[in-house]
Amino acid sequence: MTSPVTEKGSPRMSVSVRIPTILRTFTGGSAEVTADPGTLREVLASLDASYPGLAGRIVDDTGNLRRFVNVYVGDEDVRFTNGLDTPVPAGSRVSVIPAVAGG
Amino acid sequence: MTTAVSTPSRFGFASHLCCRECGATAALGASHACAECFGPLEVGYQLPPLTRASIEAGPASIWRYASLLPVPPGILATPGTEPGWTRLTRADQLARELGMSALWVKDERGNPTHSFKDRVVAVALAAAVEMGYKVLACPSTGNLANAVAAAAARAGIRSVVLIPADLEPQKITATAVYGGTMVPIDGTYDDVNRLASELADDREDWAFVNVNVRPYYAEGSKTIGFEIAEQLGWRLPRQIVVPVASGAQLVKIDKAFRELIELGLVEDTGYRVFGAQATGCSPVAAAFRAGHDVVQPVKPATIAKSLAIGNPADGPYVLDVVRRTGGMVADVGDADVVEAIRLLAQTEGIFGETASGVTLGVLRRLLADGVLDPGAETVIINSGDGLKTLDAVAAPAGPAIRPSLEAFEAWESSPAG
Repeated sequence: MTSPVTEKGSPRMSVSVRIPTILRTFTGGSAEVTADPGTLREVLASLDASYPGLAGRIVDDTGNLRRFVNVYVGDEDVRFTNGLDTPVPAGSRVSVIPAVAGG
Repeated sequence: MTTAVSTPSRFGFASHLCCRECGATAALGASHACAECFGPLEVGYQLPPLTRASIEAGPASIWRYASLLPVPPGILATPGTEPGWTRLTRADQLARELGMSALWVKDERGNPTHSFKDRVVAVALAAAVEMGYKVLACPSTGNLANAVAAAAARAGIRSVVLIPADLEPQKITATAVYGGTMVPIDGTYDDVNRLASELADDREDWAFVNVNVRPYYAEGSKTIGFEIAEQLGWRLPRQIVVPVASGAQLVKIDKAFRELIELGLVEDTGYRVFGAQATGCSPVAAAFRAGHDVVQPVKPATIAKSLAIGNPADGPYVLDVVRRTGGMVADVGDADVVEAIRLLAQTEGIFGETASGVTLGVLRRLLADGVLDPGAETVIINSGDGLKTLDAVAAPAGPAIRPSLEAFEAWESSPAG
């Protein structure tokens, strides 16, 4: 299993995105997919190119994060950082998690 | 999305799940977030006509309201902890202290593990068993951990609870004793909650009561509202103050009041709902003040650990309810919380948990600010037991004296006496 590091989707040049159960219909059942690095907004656009319609479930019509979704870059909730402008460098892990939990 | 195709009897009179954000419906089953928009799913019903008499003839537990909950009809025959039907105590001495005319305390210490969480867990457990889950699990700030561990023990199934490692020792002991699995997590409750959400996605037969079984679980809090109305003689109070952690309790008490009105069991006399937070974790109060309809998460820092949820799931709905009813969400600092715990204990003999101190503290604040009407009948929620949060009011007993009359008389005439 060797692949050139420049290839799109290779672990060293991409980011991994954890997909919650309710969105796995978009990813053919995959719980984890890869996307291009950039800002979170760019990562979501890259995801949407691979899995059309997926970004629209995370971001609303006005371009903001939906109010019942939490997105983490690494361990940090992006609402504590720069929201959709949060940088997502190659090698990081993005988690998309329903916010309806707890308490 | 398909509409409800469940067997009518499986979850009682519950008929479907409905998204509170976009209105999409889903069949009753193991979903908690809307596939369209991530919004929270809520249980919808096709209720039969109900009478006060039929409810009054029921057991002295939350199951007297079983028709209004998503539980199987045979629920009474299942071994459970039988929570609910806790005291609604008329608090005349506290009212006098505060210059109020009629004040009641809904005292949730009377539940099997001493907090309102036994109600929600009982409903979640019934639904989880019905859906074939094998393990009862939760992320918890403590009270829920106690309730899940106890209910699972009684039902004879495995429990797994995830807690922040810095929880009060009383809550850790009162969970561990039931023999389930308890995992301390190095992080805040919100970190624990995130892990639980990821685990819930990964472990197919684990029912995280407040995550993947949340639509059913949250319905259990309606029983607080039902009981308050019934115990007042089938009336609604004019004002109610409710502690806000995730916000689900406040939202469901409002839902209970509205259901009773719709069923014609109480008159719609108008009521205002107020939410109480600790200043060190007050994202909903901050959103209320700022006029926002979304809640910006915070990193909690308060002694009221059972309310230390920085990213409250039902925050937006709390804002909807308090705005619709003419109430508000306010907060008080930890020193006021401690003072309020002592005031409740010293005027009414009720030792509440720190969250109860938050609730009474906010009641006092809102009276002082002229927001609450001291002449209107008011209910406050004492959500749990002070014995679980002892450190907040820990006091030394003083030096011991000899067991003799002389020693006692000497002590009486000393400054300590």
